[in-house]
Amino acid sequence: MSNPVESPSPRAISVSLRSVRRTFPTGVTAVDGVDLEVGPGEFVAVLGPSGCGKSTLLRAVAGLDPVQAGRVEVGAPGAGAPGRHDLAFVFQDAHLLPWRRVRGNVALPLELRRVGRPERLRAADEAIAQVELAEAATRFPAQLSGGMRMRVSLARALVTDPGLLLLDEPFAALDELTRQRLDEQLRALWRRRRMTVLFVTHSLSEAAFLAERVVVLSRRPARVVGEVAVALAEERTAALRTTPEFVALVRRLQDLLAAGGA
Amino acid sequence: MIARLLRAAGPPAVAFLAFNLAWEAATRLFDVPLYLLPPPSRIVRALWQHAGTLWRGTAITGQAALAGFVLSAGFGVLSGVVLASARWVERAVFPFTVFLQTVPLVAIAPLLVVWLGFGIRPVAVAAFIVSVFPVIVNTVTGIRSVDPALIDLFRLYGASRPARLVKLELPAALPSVFAGLRVAAGLAVIGAVVGEFVASYAGDDAGLGMLALTFSRESHTDRLFAAVGLASLLGLAMFSAVSLASHLALRNWHASQQPPGR
Repeated sequence: MSNPVESPSPRAISVSLRSVRRTFPTGVTAVDGVDLEVGPGEFVAVLGPSGCGKSTLLRAVAGLDPVQAGRVEVGAPGAGAPGRHDLAFVFQDAHLLPWRRVRGNVALPLELRRVGRPERLRAADEAIAQVELAEAATRFPAQLSGGMRMRVSLARALVTDPGLLLLDEPFAALDELTRQRLDEQLRALWRRRRMTVLFVTHSLSEAAFLAERVVVLSRRPARVVGEVAVALAEERTAALRTTPEFVALVRRLQDLLAAGGA
Repeated sequence: MIARLLRAAGPPAVAFLAFNLAWEAATRLFDVPLYLLPPPSRIVRALWQHAGTLWRGTAITGQAALAGFVLSAGFGVLSGVVLASARWVERAVFPFTVFLQTVPLVAIAPLLVVWLGFGIRPVAVAAFIVSVFPVIVNTVTGIRSVDPALIDLFRLYGASRPARLVKLELPAALPSVFAGLRVAAGLAVIGAVVGEFVASYAGDDAGLGMLALTFSRESHTDRLFAAVGLASLLGLAMFSAVSLASHLALRNWHASQQPPGR
């Protein structure tokens, strides 16, 4: 019997990519021959140089873009295609509806799935509380800071209680301190809920801090250069970033990136 | 509050007063004939003496302009939505909407009389023809500029086409639609006045356009100025009403309505 805190959420979804290739209509091949297995409840960071095709990979997993070769399987093999609502996507910027208050933005996914108003507002308030924005629930996005907007975006992704959370460099545009705080918050959220997380980033330290496993991609067309299991403590705080283990891990990731031609 | 109002209204009021004083002085000093250029005092007197006729004319032209504007708003937004729905629709139909913009109104107005008879109907249609194009173009532009990430988000949560239109595309297009409506408000008055030149006759229910034509033939230049002034005020009033509606609709969220320095 495993520790209940560490067992994956019953909703957690696995992801399996087999020699995936994605070529844009312009003829540029962004991703070529990528294999990736993510088990249910795992937190995997995908690390790669800017413009290497990380986002493309994530969009393929979300089903937003088609792939030209290979297979993308989301959910247990043989379980059939998962309902799209079992996954959530967080973009590079917050991308909120500016005419809606925080609450209305967070409730949007449930509204589109035709969940009744009282129920979706209750779920929205819960998600807002999880990202510690309760006092801002009735504000408009224009009245929030960049970091707060990103947290609203995160709450919007969490509101459906997704089994798979896809994040595309979500905190890249924020200042270092805000970013570290959000990393900690995301890590804590994952420890509480244990959904599967696929986190795309170009930041070595962010990948090392957040994930249980880091997959390193090469320059475009992206393929997997290698992967590193992160053997750090479950509980991670800002102090971790200066420990020798952490620094050594970042150096290993750096070497792998360099091997990929970054 | 009063100080702010004074600061805003003070300079243009002073400029207006100075301009009229100079005008008054110049016409008196150089003894300009009344039929050529009456002084402001004569125009005000004409306004006063013919208040009944001019007021009725303003109401009649206002009615036609308003009817034309409402037609423009309804038809314009609707066509914009249809045109933006698919590229091939836009390619097929858009060239013909440009025709609305380039058609010489004065030439087509007699045709409107043939079809609709004399009276308010051809005048309202003339106002409509002149003012609909900016509404169509701005609606299409607004819908086309919706954030692609938000479209992805709606796809991800399985939003229906109508839900996407109502909850995303129309609200996102609103600032642009209002920009079109503001232009249309002023144009509708111009269209109505020009329509009246052709499609109405002098009598008890003569609009400002008809009155202007009559006064000009009678060489009552002071009354002509009064009619023209009222037509301008009518356009300004409609423009201001739309601007106010725009401000009320967008004040919470759109960048154009945020206080500077934010």
